[in-house]
Amino acid sequence: MARVTLTVNDRQVTLDVHPGERLVDTLRDRLGLTGTKEGCGVGECGACTVVVDGDAVNSCLVLTVQCDGAAILTVEGLAPAGQLSRLQRAFLEHGAVQCGFCTPGMLMSATALLARNPRPTREEIRAALAGNLCRCTGYEQIVQAVEAVANEAE
Amino acid sequence: MAAERVKRARYVGAPAQRVDGFDKVTGRAVFGADMSAPNMLWGQVVRSQHPHALIRAIDASAALACDGVAAVLTASDVPGDIRFGVVVPHQPVLCSDRVRYMGDGVALVLAETREQAAEAARLVKADYQPLPAVFDVEEAMRDGAPLIHDDYPGNVVVHHRVRKGDVEAGFAQADLILERDYATQLVEHAYIEPEAVLALPGRGGGVEVYGSIQNPFSCRRAVARVLGLPLAKVRIVQCDMGGSFGGKDEVMSAMSARAALGALLTSRPVKMVNTREESLVESYKRHPYRMHYKVGVTREGRITAMEIRMVADAGAYASQSPFVTWRSTVQATGPYEVPAVKTDILAAFTNNTYTGAMRGFGAPQAVFANESLMDEIALELGIDPVDVRRLNGYRQGSVTATGHKLDEHTVSLMEVIDRATEAAGWREKRQRLPLENRGKTIVRGIGMACSFRGCSLGAEGVDATGAIVSVQTDGSVIVSTGLAENGQGLRTIFSQIAAEELGVDIGRIVFLPCDTSGVPDGGPTVASRSTIMGGNAVRDAARKARRALEDAVAQELGVSSEEIEAGFEEFSAIGDRTLRVGFDQAVAMAWNQARLMASFGWHQAPKVNWDEHVGQGKAYFTYVYGCQVAEVAVDTATGQVRVERLTAAHDVGRAVNPQAVQGQFYGGMAMGLGYGLLEEVELKKGATRTKNFDQYLIPTAMDVPEMIPIVVENHDPYGAYGAKTIGEPTCEITAAAIANAVAHAVGCRVRELPLDMERVLLGECLRVARGERGSERP
Repeated sequence: MARVTLTVNDRQVTLDVHPGERLVDTLRDRLGLTGTKEGCGVGECGACTVVVDGDAVNSCLVLTVQCDGAAILTVEGLAPAGQLSRLQRAFLEHGAVQCGFCTPGMLMSATALLARNPRPTREEIRAALAGNLCRCTGYEQIVQAVEAVANEAE
Repeated sequence: MAAERVKRARYVGAPAQRVDGFDKVTGRAVFGADMSAPNMLWGQVVRSQHPHALIRAIDASAALACDGVAAVLTASDVPGDIRFGVVVPHQPVLCSDRVRYMGDGVALVLAETREQAAEAARLVKADYQPLPAVFDVEEAMRDGAPLIHDDYPGNVVVHHRVRKGDVEAGFAQADLILERDYATQLVEHAYIEPEAVLALPGRGGGVEVYGSIQNPFSCRRAVARVLGLPLAKVRIVQCDMGGSFGGKDEVMSAMSARAALGALLTSRPVKMVNTREESLVESYKRHPYRMHYKVGVTREGRITAMEIRMVADAGAYASQSPFVTWRSTVQATGPYEVPAVKTDILAAFTNNTYTGAMRGFGAPQAVFANESLMDEIALELGIDPVDVRRLNGYRQGSVTATGHKLDEHTVSLMEVIDRATEAAGWREKRQRLPLENRGKTIVRGIGMACSFRGCSLGAEGVDATGAIVSVQTDGSVIVSTGLAENGQGLRTIFSQIAAEELGVDIGRIVFLPCDTSGVPDGGPTVASRSTIMGGNAVRDAARKARRALEDAVAQELGVSSEEIEAGFEEFSAIGDRTLRVGFDQAVAMAWNQARLMASFGWHQAPKVNWDEHVGQGKAYFTYVYGCQVAEVAVDTATGQVRVERLTAAHDVGRAVNPQAVQGQFYGGMAMGLGYGLLEEVELKKGATRTKNFDQYLIPTAMDVPEMIPIVVENHDPYGAYGAKTIGEPTCEITAAAIANAVAHAVGCRVRELPLDMERVLLGECLRVARGERGSERP
């Protein structure tokens, strides 16, 4: 077992974890943050995407011990007091949500993109979301939602 | 009153945000794998090691000795019938004596943790005696082929026939006869959420199952049958669903029955979650078809006769094969008037992964063939593909190949063809692109396809569904239905309809998850039937609830109920607008008058009929029409196809929620694009080789093109507020349109899906799955 300290959604937690424990399992099973989803376990679908120190990562491919000292943002951290972020509202306004299983990962990839590049082009948005599979929406309304937020940026 | 209410609709036809949207963007939505219970066990299925074998013995002793293992269950532990099935109840939930494909389960390990269960499952030793297996559907039907089910001679699951007119006479009248073979591939639904359930011991010896269950009532029948329990003791509650597309039916019945068996026998909750690899191995797929078409046409392009033979690979179990192939019989000729038709469609068992319902349900295969064929006719005769379709296409009063005169709804085929092709700039591009392509490596093309599609179940079977609208004493409203949310937006559509009919703010409405113990069996959520069937049931329930409130207000005001008019959030006396009562006040009046404020709605589909000997009848009570145009660029050096633009026109009857309808357009086209270009489940001697999304490729945000949705609305008298169907039509024609565009670009035709690089460049499949058939080298 290894002791790690993580800052998850602005809350510091210290845990003893098995060296083989994946970040997705720590978040879902130990911290109860089930908003992060697992769809493939091999880093292809992006449903488990969270933001680690500013980067969107597949939490199924990251070991929790690798995250010692890291700041982690999950979908639950986007609206801590129930106040939706601009991006979350845009997803609802643009019909970007159908089944909703890919939605947390999409939101996290887009959040990381907008933090690093507040005014991405449509092509940059599509590239940033290419690691997040969605089977319902055909991506169009998701791209529209991110675009809408980008267009409001100064 | 009805017409007037529609005219001033507030919610029907207006934008409305998803009622489950907040939960889904905040991570609060609860999917199957998010469920857990104190003291729960994890279940792990042990699957077959052979595509076809007898089971001599199962030795679980090593598994039972592992840490944390509570039990290892086999077929002998099943208290009821081990077999279930929607059409033919012959699929074992755990196999007792024989396995028929590599996804079959032979044992269930229950352990304290998921890891312990998976570890112990590897130690369960089944002793198999391999049997001869068959993986090719034509071979399966030959004399001497191994029989997959002893009661199905020749392995034939079903044989549908259509006999209309004199086919020989029709061919004799033709100036040109074409014969073509087409083939489609095995395809995975690829819902992003893998299958998951949590089963709990229930009251009175029953069970409760929560999970990613598309059809809770079908699932309940399977669980009750396997456990030997009455339906009333089995409660199935649907969780939020991470996509289904027809795919979470039988595979969920099996998983639910296994978990429920574990819960019943151990008296502890049992959770099961498939890995993606398990999902790809066990879950059923879309049928691969082989299709032979013979068509006769006059010099002008008029079709005189068609002879069609299709064979679908059913895999190991019947599942929905009889119904899937039946829908193909209706759509086999496409939306064209054909005076003489002879169609034979068969499904046959093999030892491949079984096939069943998937978005389109027997249509995408037939549409790929018949719409490729229409372009081949056009090419042979030197006619524009649009013109050959306009010449033969259904118009008001046309009679289908299966003998249904289309006169009860607006036959809008010409309208959707015109709208889509005009928006795409068809005529100009069709002429210009070939000229521009000369000498180029990257060549461009434009192609189109269209279809008609029967709404709901049609003559497949009983078609009725219900809804409950319950007005609470504070004016909030609970709605529940027997149809279920799979991600498509049913909760929102039904909330809009309930709000519309009740005349209340949509914010009053709370939509409950589908609970088999809370609402009557409303049939499966399939066949794009939710809005047209369930919408009518919700409307019926809401109308009855509104009438109860009108009666209460009338009594209070001392007028007759006929003199009360329901407005938005209020009731008033007709002719005296000063007598107005707010909705909350009306609820209080009804409560004080001890009135029932909950109501049950029920909707039965209009009558249909079918003569299976000749394949003639009124197959569906209404139809929708759609047309899509694809614009592609093909790299002739690599064979790679890039779709640059898709334009789609679909008649939906009425768009209850225009944004959600557009979402169905985009999502259906993207799935159709994957079918056309990328997707293929590869099996080698029954073993799945495409085991995860690194090998089974579905479109990403980088693969989808510009998509232009054109929503056509011809209100249908049988629709819910005129609304019909959109889920499947958008998905079933895209691949055919892309194939036609590729043929236009490169000047030769690929008659086999998917149009991946090797099929386009070399005209053959280099991988293991199939190959050799139906393609020409460029």
